Amino acid sequence: MLFRMIKGVLIRQWSKMLLIAFTIALGASLATSMINVMLDVGDKVSQELKTYGANIVVKPRDASLMADLYDVEDENGTLSAAYLPEEEVGRIKTIFWTYNIVDFAPFLDTTVTLPSGATATVQGTWFNHHLDLPTGESVDAGVAGMRSWWDVTDGAWIDEQTPGAENSVMVGTELATRENLKAGDMLKLSGTTGDREVTVAGIYDAGGDEDSQIYAPLGLVQALTGREGKVASIEVSALTTPDNDLARRAAQNPKSLSQRDYDTWYCTAYVSAICYQITEVIPGSVASAVRQVADSEGAILDKTQLLMILITVLSLIGSALGISNLVTASVMERSQEIGLLKAIGAHDRAITGAFMAEILITALVGGVAGYFMGFGFAQLIGQGVFSSAIEMKPLVIPIVAVLIALVTIAGSMPAIRMVLRLDPAEVLHGSKA
Amino acid sequence: MSLLELKNISKIYGELKALDNVNIHVDQGEWVAIMGPSGSGKSTMMNIIGCMDKPTLGEVLLDGVDIAKESSKKLTDIRRDKIGLIFQQFHMVNYLTAVENVMVSQYYHSMPDEKEALDALGRVGLRERAHHLPSQLSGGEQQRVCVARALINHPELILADEPTGNLDEANENIVLDLFAQLHAEGTTLIVVTHDPEVADAAQRTIVLEHGKVAREVINENFEAQQKEWLARLKG
Repeated sequence: MLFRMIKGVLIRQWSKMLLIAFTIALGASLATSMINVMLDVGDKVSQELKTYGANIVVKPRDASLMADLYDVEDENGTLSAAYLPEEEVGRIKTIFWTYNIVDFAPFLDTTVTLPSGATATVQGTWFNHHLDLPTGESVDAGVAGMRSWWDVTDGAWIDEQTPGAENSVMVGTELATRENLKAGDMLKLSGTTGDREVTVAGIYDAGGDEDSQIYAPLGLVQALTGREGKVASIEVSALTTPDNDLARRAAQNPKSLSQRDYDTWYCTAYVSAICYQITEVIPGSVASAVRQVADSEGAILDKTQLLMILITVLSLIGSALGISNLVTASVMERSQEIGLLKAIGAHDRAITGAFMAEILITALVGGVAGYFMGFGFAQLIGQGVFSSAIEMKPLVIPIVAVLIALVTIAGSMPAIRMVLRLDPAEVLHGSKA
Repeated sequence: MSLLELKNISKIYGELKALDNVNIHVDQGEWVAIMGPSGSGKSTMMNIIGCMDKPTLGEVLLDGVDIAKESSKKLTDIRRDKIGLIFQQFHMVNYLTAVENVMVSQYYHSMPDEKEALDALGRVGLRERAHHLPSQLSGGEQQRVCVARALINHPELILADEPTGNLDEANENIVLDLFAQLHAEGTTLIVVTHDPEVADAAQRTIVLEHGKVAREVINENFEAQQKEWLARLKG
């Protein structure tokens, strides 16, 4: 009988129930999209920030230690006496979190004298260096991917795979203007161990100190400085998980963690865990997070997630109010029916049970529709904001189900109170008196 | 044997005494009409007898139990088990068919039984209209469904509030015939009405005025009326 009654309400009063289902669907869709985006936004923001440069710097341990102890660094931030072997740079792609390493590039700098007599800093690095890894995979790594915001105003990026690339350089726009250089020009660089005639492959505008520098293939600078096979530092761009207490404790001293915490930390893409793993594969190195980037990432993520939570909460409150109005209106409309049921012997519990069953079935329909609508909204947000799809996490289904159930029950409470207070004598006779 | 006894019942709303020291008794199997003009306290008395309200003062003994002292939950149980209610407005669940409206009463009483509900509709002459919605039934048909719903659980007392107030003469006669039939079967009937014709069908009429019992009228022709009715039914 209960089933017949619920079916009767749902089928014969479908327009009212559809309105309630629609209100629930709106709340569910916003909650679904926001929670999905919220759970995925960490990776998305992280990916976005990776386009603005490295978030990890690897230096020789001695140089790093001296710098930390005595705060003595040269103008490039490293002590020139300590180097890492270039052949070990590729090992970065062999760590546990290898797929989170987006790009990396080694650096070796020197100061050269130009034909005009002026001096300039030359950064030796990889542009799109091809590496065959011990794992059998191959990657192209270098600044071409890590300095994606550079605007090459003349010429093009150096392509290391083309002949003659080893004698090409890229010149910052400020230096190029000062020295009257343009793409295709020949330029003589005088270093500590001799001179090199190079071709200007491109002029770039980086919007910073790099505009007065020269970027050259690593081998060229190694030759100019007599430091063949050596690099002074490595910049790494990695996808990381924002730090939490565990990550902060681990960053201080991983050995202070319990085995369980250590395993959790090691197997999570915290920037400190990735740094630790890089240090493991490159002996004699110290990898450290570029705090500014890591901190911005955390701050942006926190604010974005807070915004999402607020939108979700507000949308659910809106839904609860909508449900409350609609269900209360429905109870008022059906007051004679409810009064009649009470008069013929239905207890409050039986009536509220039937009423909640109707609403929860409607909520289920609205919730399922809302979930799929939310799936669409999440993809729109993903494509519009991050230009990629938002991954739909199964975890969202129970979360949204619980939220919708709570919102529906909360929204129905005023109506339920009205049902409980409803006096059959009053609604069936108009008045007791 | 007394089924219902109202002892010194008063119902007071602030300054207003809707019922003022009323004493009534109704025997098992009796058909009683309660008459009176508007504001005489008929509906208040109906609500109290129907366990939908409690008196301010006095005792209401139904089957020997003082229902004035019972909890709201217990009153619901008494209403469900002992009383069949019929209202002037044919209150029905508008999204349920006629038979489902009868079954609702079974559902809250014990167990829905569609066959029994169809038989009850057959008894009020609506078997063929069993699967129609209230909106597809005339006023008289709706009231007959309400009668079927009231008698489906075999209550000790049928309490009807202006049951023919919204009916034409033909339907009024059908409903009164049904009451006569129920009375013949031993069901106790209390019919609240302001219609003298409906009151005349009862065994005894209690007239209320200003919340008090003004007089009681015994229907001397009741036996003859019953015989006539039985003859008409057999004919």
